[in-house]
Amino acid sequence: MLKDVIFAGFGGQGVMVAGQILSKAAMEKGYYTTWLPSYGPEQRGGTANCTVMISDEPIASPLTHEPTYCVIFNNPSFQKFEPMARKGGIFIYNTSMITEKPKRDDLTYIGIAATELAEEMGSVKATNMILLGALTYFLQDVVSLDDVIAAMREKLGKKKPELADLNEQALRKGFELAKEQAK
Amino acid sequence: MGEKVFMKGNEALGEAAVRSGCRLFFGYPITPASELAEYMAYRLPQVGGVFIQAESEVAASNMIYGAGAAGKYAMTASSSPGISLMQEAISYMAGAEVPAVIINLIRGGPGLGDIQPAQSDYFQAVKGGGHGDYRNLVYAPSTLQEAVDIMPLLFQNAFKYRMLAMMVVDGLVGQMMEAVEFKYDIDPDSIPVPDWALSGKKMHGGTKNVNTSLELDPNKLAAHNFKLFEKYQKVYENERMFEAFELEESDIDVMIVAYGTAARIIKTAVKNLRAKGYKVGLFRPITLWPFPDKELKEYAQKTEHVLTVEMSMGQLIEDVKLSIFDPNKKYHLMPYPGGIVPTPKEVEDKVIEILKGGAK
Repeated sequence: MLKDVIFAGFGGQGVMVAGQILSKAAMEKGYYTTWLPSYGPEQRGGTANCTVMISDEPIASPLTHEPTYCVIFNNPSFQKFEPMARKGGIFIYNTSMITEKPKRDDLTYIGIAATELAEEMGSVKATNMILLGALTYFLQDVVSLDDVIAAMREKLGKKKPELADLNEQALRKGFELAKEQAK
Repeated sequence: MGEKVFMKGNEALGEAAVRSGCRLFFGYPITPASELAEYMAYRLPQVGGVFIQAESEVAASNMIYGAGAAGKYAMTASSSPGISLMQEAISYMAGAEVPAVIINLIRGGPGLGDIQPAQSDYFQAVKGGGHGDYRNLVYAPSTLQEAVDIMPLLFQNAFKYRMLAMMVVDGLVGQMMEAVEFKYDIDPDSIPVPDWALSGKKMHGGTKNVNTSLELDPNKLAAHNFKLFEKYQKVYENERMFEAFELEESDIDVMIVAYGTAARIIKTAVKNLRAKGYKVGLFRPITLWPFPDKELKEYAQKTEHVLTVEMSMGQLIEDVKLSIFDPNKKYHLMPYPGGIVPTPKEVEDKVIEILKGGAK
């Protein structure tokens, strides 16, 4: 079993931390996992992505050139990763930020107005957790929603305890929306 | 201790050094090695250590020279262009037999190049880089856990043999987060100060220790060189490390040789090819110097085809050919320069092409 996930968006949207939380949740469940950021001459507002691998055996390559799961936060990332996504894969994208329309018929698209929803819930900062919650719906054979919530609380709860409850709500919201759309 | 933690590679390398007993870090930031210095700046003051951000790599490398001469575990870390700047101190330390540990997170070159993972400093690390006849211990772990596991060995062997120990990894190892386990925590006070150290006359019976790489008498310098190479011979005999992966059968279709990140990725290719029925294995040097030449030669008896996959333009393959030293073998090279990382699929295709007889 190998799950390969790409999170991609603008720097500052919480792309990296969403990947770290997933990776941490998987580690706590006893899986092998890697988290690899795109590093480079990046700048705030520039594009950023990270790759998360989860497996029940040691992970050879932390890179994927054909991600099965894509969590996409902005237009440039949509354009970049839609053609790369693995046939039959899950493509979750933030319709609040993305004007691009799905072009492939061999992917499961989950479009969520995550930024607007996060704003309604109290803070735009929870956008990434809504999308991570949606992803979690498709990864339940590896991590449950509760596992991801626990990892989020451990990762973010100490620094910003006031945001932890909001983030939990956001994860739950995203999970529910994915469940509805996947039907 | 013993618990798995989810850490960024550079930070785990720093923690590994601290737990190896290192309390001195001198560095200058450079992508993709900067987080190592950042971590040491945070961590060393907690344990009574010293972190100095040097004014340049030249200064940082001479600071570890000084600390090593005083008999203390010291480390610096950098990436390719920074390591080039350190070559003067590296040569001086070899001449003066001063131990220290240097981490090189290799990035694409030559020149400033880029900041993506590469292995193109193989020659620099293994064959010299600085001037004069000398060797460094060069370790090339393939995963973060392995890098953490062997860190104490770098310090211990550096001091055992009085020479520089270098760890070559790449940006992928430094930047990636992975679960790591620290299985050791060495008390720096338990590490004896060597009798050759410039630790003050009182520490070694009232006699003065002199440490220099300068020797103007050619006969004496020649004798010093012979002495160094007797030492290197001992290192060669004792310290070669390698992994043979899926090389048990007596006949192998293709033996792949690779180290570091490339080797890690190739393990997937080997598994996939095995599933299709190809008898493919990986020979992975863990020490690049001393190079596990005898072992490689022995494993090469099992195969006709030797495929070297390296994130450089054909550096490792020179040692592969020299080790096997058999013109009847067929040598193949997959070079990945400039910061490009191989994919398992490419390696699988290449192996199949070789076996169909289509590859040169």
